[in-house]
Amino acid sequence: MKFIQEFGRYILMLKEMFSKPENRKVYWKEFMHQCNDIGIGSLGIVVIISVFMGAVSTLQTAYQLVSPLIPKSSIAQIVRDTVLLEFAPTLVCIVLAGVVGSKIASELGNMRVSEQIDALEIMGINTKTYLILPKIVAALLVIPMLIVISAGLGIWGGRLAGQAAGIISTTDFDKGLLNSFLPYNVFFAMVKAYVFSFIISSVPAFYGYYVQGGALEIGRASTKSVVVSCVLILFADYILAAILL
Amino acid sequence: MIEVQNIRKGFGEKIVINDVSAVMEDGKCNLIIGASGSGKTVFMKCLVGLFKPDKGSILYDGEDFTAMDDASRKEIRKKIGMLFQGSALFDSLTVEQNVQFPLDMFTNWTLGERRKRVQEVLERVELKDANKKYPAEISGGMKKRVGIARAIVLNPKYLFCDEPNSGLDPQTSMVIDKLIQELTREYNITTVINTHDMNSVMEIGDKIFYMYKGDKEWEGTNKEIIFSKNQRLNDFIFASEFLRDAKDMRMLEQTGKIDNNRNMDDLIR
Repeated sequence: MKFIQEFGRYILMLKEMFSKPENRKVYWKEFMHQCNDIGIGSLGIVVIISVFMGAVSTLQTAYQLVSPLIPKSSIAQIVRDTVLLEFAPTLVCIVLAGVVGSKIASELGNMRVSEQIDALEIMGINTKTYLILPKIVAALLVIPMLIVISAGLGIWGGRLAGQAAGIISTTDFDKGLLNSFLPYNVFFAMVKAYVFSFIISSVPAFYGYYVQGGALEIGRASTKSVVVSCVLILFADYILAAILL
Repeated sequence: MIEVQNIRKGFGEKIVINDVSAVMEDGKCNLIIGASGSGKTVFMKCLVGLFKPDKGSILYDGEDFTAMDDASRKEIRKKIGMLFQGSALFDSLTVEQNVQFPLDMFTNWTLGERRKRVQEVLERVELKDANKKYPAEISGGMKKRVGIARAIVLNPKYLFCDEPNSGLDPQTSMVIDKLIQELTREYNITTVINTHDMNSVMEIGDKIFYMYKGDKEWEGTNKEIIFSKNQRLNDFIFASEFLRDAKDMRMLEQTGKIDNNRNMDDLIR
């Protein structure tokens, strides 16, 4: 029953988010601010995760491919597809659910508790449009970009680790990358990126916006938003794979 | 003028505001007083539209705020300024940006015009050298001033203040009270103040509404309050020996039987 109530409230929040902005310039400024916060703010962690994720993939794939009948370039193919299909969109988005999601939930929660949202309401501003919509649109714009960067860096990390460990030469790796490449995999990764971006931004916004109480509740809302986002990402990951692959 | 007609508000089974009617006049400080849990804050939130009353109407200069569509309500809200108990300043903006925010959102003025207005308002609330500071870097009294500056920057017709003196020392409280009173008179604003502060009641209470368990128990002015025979009001207002003595002195003063040479030593005993 509580789940249905919360889900209904979430849908209403999304619906009420679409209204005419009071001043386009101020909304644009807020949107750019969010793009910077979500995109540039998360770039460091995305770079680190992606490079190591690719590097470990290469080492572990090589470890499991013991047959001399399988060409070395297969390692690159496996790394490429693993990174594209799963690691870059899903793993990075789970990390971003923690980084970006907790920030969104605690920011809105703090604004709610300290009556800043009430102050905006009294001014005659639609707070859902002003506070939530720019976050979701910014996430939909910059998180897929981060996923593209992550995929590129992941593959590059794998190439680097393969060469450094003497497992596969860069020539073989590059050859493997081009073998049986399916552009559809990129499309699939991007579909995942958009769906996950929406989850990462809208779920924490919901929990933060409707916080009631004090500092303790802000912490709880932040944690809950990350947990729910992660579960939804994994669930959506399965559904998308079942439908699109 | 704000006219409240028989509003009722409850949460579940609990009735928090019970058929309250009141008239808040222009150019006056209308104070809502009452013990914690008496329904003052809910009453004020109903007035500004943060809560929708279950019954009754709220008229802003004759226009029924409770029956309006969202667009019309937005127009009324643009005429409302509000000072919150915790000031509710935007943490990520400087003092100057906080005050400028309503201008950015609702006017088409040039940046120069907006900055000039911000400066005017900050000077009006006597806030100097804090323009570039963030809310976390200024004192409670300064935050209240910034809150007032933000509330009046669009020249509101109605000003709401939720416990403007909470957390302030007596001297700063007086300054904030006087500032609100001056602004009310200067711009002929309808000011509604929620307060616990008895100093405010006596100093700026042009009209006072006493709430008791969701009902309006008493209504009058700061001149009348000391002569009130309402026991609950007297128990609330003059809770301490000191305040009861002060009341006696004020009564004597107003009936012309006071010895003007009597000093605080007599009062403290």
